[in-house]
Amino acid sequence: MTEATYKRPESLAKREFSYCPGCHHGIIHRLVAETIDELSIREKTLMVAPVGCSVFAYEFFDVDGTVAPHGRAPAVATGMKRSLPDRVVFTYQGDGDLAAIGTAEIVHAANRGEKITTIFVNNAIYGMTGGQMAPTTLLGMKTTTSPYGRKSETEGFPLHVSELLKETAGIVYLERVAVSSPQEVRKAKAAIKKAFTVQLKGLGFAMVEVLSTCPTNWGLSPVESIKWLNENMKKEYPLGVFVDKVGDLK
Amino acid sequence: MAEKVMVKGNEAMAEAAVRAGCRIYFGYPITPQSEFIEYMARRMPQIEGVFLQSESEVAAVNMVYGAACTGNRVMTSTSSPGFSLMQEGVSYIAGAMLPAVFVNVVRGGPGLGDIQPAQSDYFQATKGGAHGDYHLIVLAPGSIQESVDLMEDAFRMADEYRMPVLILADGMLGQMMEPVEFPEFVKLEGINDHSAWALRGATGREANKVTSFDIDPVNLEKMNIFIQEIYKRIKAKEVRYETIGLEDAEYMLVGYGTMGRILGSVVKLARSKGIKVGLFRPITLWPFPYAELKKAAEGVKTILTVEMSMGQMVEDVRLAVEGSVPVQFYGRTGGMVPTPDEVLAELLKHV
Amino acid sequence: MKEHLLVAAGFGGQGVMLLGQVIATAGMFDGKYTTWLPSYGPEMRGGTANCTVVINDEPIGSPITESPNELIVMNIPSLTKFEKQIQPGGVMVINTSVVDRESTRKDIEIFKIDAGAVAERLGNMKVANMVILGAYIAKTGAVTLEGVRKAFEKKLTGEKADLIDLNIQAVKAGMEAVGQ
Repeated sequence: MTEATYKRPESLAKREFSYCPGCHHGIIHRLVAETIDELSIREKTLMVAPVGCSVFAYEFFDVDGTVAPHGRAPAVATGMKRSLPDRVVFTYQGDGDLAAIGTAEIVHAANRGEKITTIFVNNAIYGMTGGQMAPTTLLGMKTTTSPYGRKSETEGFPLHVSELLKETAGIVYLERVAVSSPQEVRKAKAAIKKAFTVQLKGLGFAMVEVLSTCPTNWGLSPVESIKWLNENMKKEYPLGVFVDKVGDLK
Repeated sequence: MAEKVMVKGNEAMAEAAVRAGCRIYFGYPITPQSEFIEYMARRMPQIEGVFLQSESEVAAVNMVYGAACTGNRVMTSTSSPGFSLMQEGVSYIAGAMLPAVFVNVVRGGPGLGDIQPAQSDYFQATKGGAHGDYHLIVLAPGSIQESVDLMEDAFRMADEYRMPVLILADGMLGQMMEPVEFPEFVKLEGINDHSAWALRGATGREANKVTSFDIDPVNLEKMNIFIQEIYKRIKAKEVRYETIGLEDAEYMLVGYGTMGRILGSVVKLARSKGIKVGLFRPITLWPFPYAELKKAAEGVKTILTVEMSMGQMVEDVRLAVEGSVPVQFYGRTGGMVPTPDEVLAELLKHV
Repeated sequence: MKEHLLVAAGFGGQGVMLLGQVIATAGMFDGKYTTWLPSYGPEMRGGTANCTVVINDEPIGSPITESPNELIVMNIPSLTKFEKQIQPGGVMVINTSVVDRESTRKDIEIFKIDAGAVAERLGNMKVANMVILGAYIAKTGAVTLEGVRKAFEKKLTGEKADLIDLNIQAVKAGMEAVGQ
């Protein structure tokens, strides 16, 4: 007798990802899909995809979905959740989408304690448009719009979204994770599951920031990218739980 | 007959929306429409509806987008600068074929402008205020009663054609009071069933996807052509206008919204002086009553188009008559409203 | 009937907006077509406020006018601004408790009333606007006292219902003050 120990999650559509080799979107998609499967919420989940590399995310999940205008996913998700409060609504956003053009929407959704879940993928660069500087780009990092390296004097500093959002009263659960090792993947999965559980319990807003690689636009191999992430991004964006009021609110 | 009540235009439109089955409202305060959002803030909790004041008009329109994705009736209201901010979302809503109702209580522009009545957003409303090949259905009520009566139609058309519908009012209509009879509450069962496409959870069916996005130009063109076919149906079915005294008219006034109503006074004034004047008042600005206006203009010597702008709808009037009748224009701008005496004086120049 | 084109103007806080709303609402109860259009914006806060009321047997075209045939003037800036506009033969009601100046117009009917003094006699200065309203309806016949009573009943509900009688008294006092 054989037993399947590893299979495609039901909540992932049967199509190939469009992501580059070594990009972490695929892993993160899988973790979200496994979570949806395990919580048995596929048939009542609505997803809001962003503009950016993950613009196709609405096609990759086998749940009802749409694409928001750039940065506006939290507002779109708010409209859905207020319209159908018993459904599960999540946004999946990159750092260009969430941390630049969409800063107002994410801050206010968090502050309202909007009962939605946000998966925030931070790879410190604009991928889809070809490697331009993001608000999260590290100082000194070369991109196509900071070709001499990001300078704080002219481009300001890397924006720490989770550190910023932790001050909003409506946020219930907020953690920054990475998926660069099997251990980290397991921790990331637990965080994502917790963020969805917060919504199922109707507690408020929950977000998981996931540090991700972008080998194509970083100009590194997948393996070098993970090394670079571990040595540079984690210094700028330390992993950890920023807010966990789940216990307090029980 | 329902009881008449004295009510402000902004509040009347809000109540009419509630009676048309709208239970979800998102908005951001802006003069001269703030009584609208304030009314919804009071009213929605009474009927177990959703009210949310958003952080910006940008957020408001996207909340509308989200709620519209679920197939429930939803609306927002704003005034000119706010509607400019909403344009991106309006384009997405049009592209994703979502039903939603907007009210723009137009004020003087451009820029911050002022807060007085204006009609200077006609181009934005009717010619596409944002990017892409799309239209809104645009309704221009001339009185508070008409704004109430059109509200149910607005939601009906949004549902039937799956597209955004705009009620184009102005500061005067929003701020003034008139006696109004409200219609009964609409029963929604069976008239806005969007289960075939709406995002409500993929229970026992394949997942639904609603977007304005298609990376393949072949498909996107097909989509746009499909939407144009819907526009053709709307043009054939939904054109509306009102005429006064055109039977024997030698001169025709054309105006919409509150300006159209003021022109009604000009017709009376002019006829009391023995001048045979009639009025053509488009009620749908998109689709514009081109053919109807051309027919109405047969035999008149001159058309005078009057607007609270420097001349925007007049371009459609000229397109309609195709040079068969001279078209003159008179307008005030920046929140100034032409009075009947002023328009009559202008008309006399062309008699 | 001829169209009543009324402009009522005064300081914010004198109750000119409410006065106009009561007249327009009374017109509705009298079975007429009626509109009320306020000036709105920053001028409302402490400056001069005005509203336009139109009453007619037939549907109303313009709710706005540059040449009213009736004018209620509650302060000096309003007299200066609007007396130029009123049609010859029109009716102007002036609140002399605030306006201590004569109108320059000789071709209109002018009724002066010390609304503040009348209101004070009634024990509530706040109803001065309704005293003026009484004088206005007595002289123009724009709306009926019964219509005004119904308008009060609509506007003053709950705890404010106690104020209906006082307001009616003020309107009647205004009617008597101009000889009716």
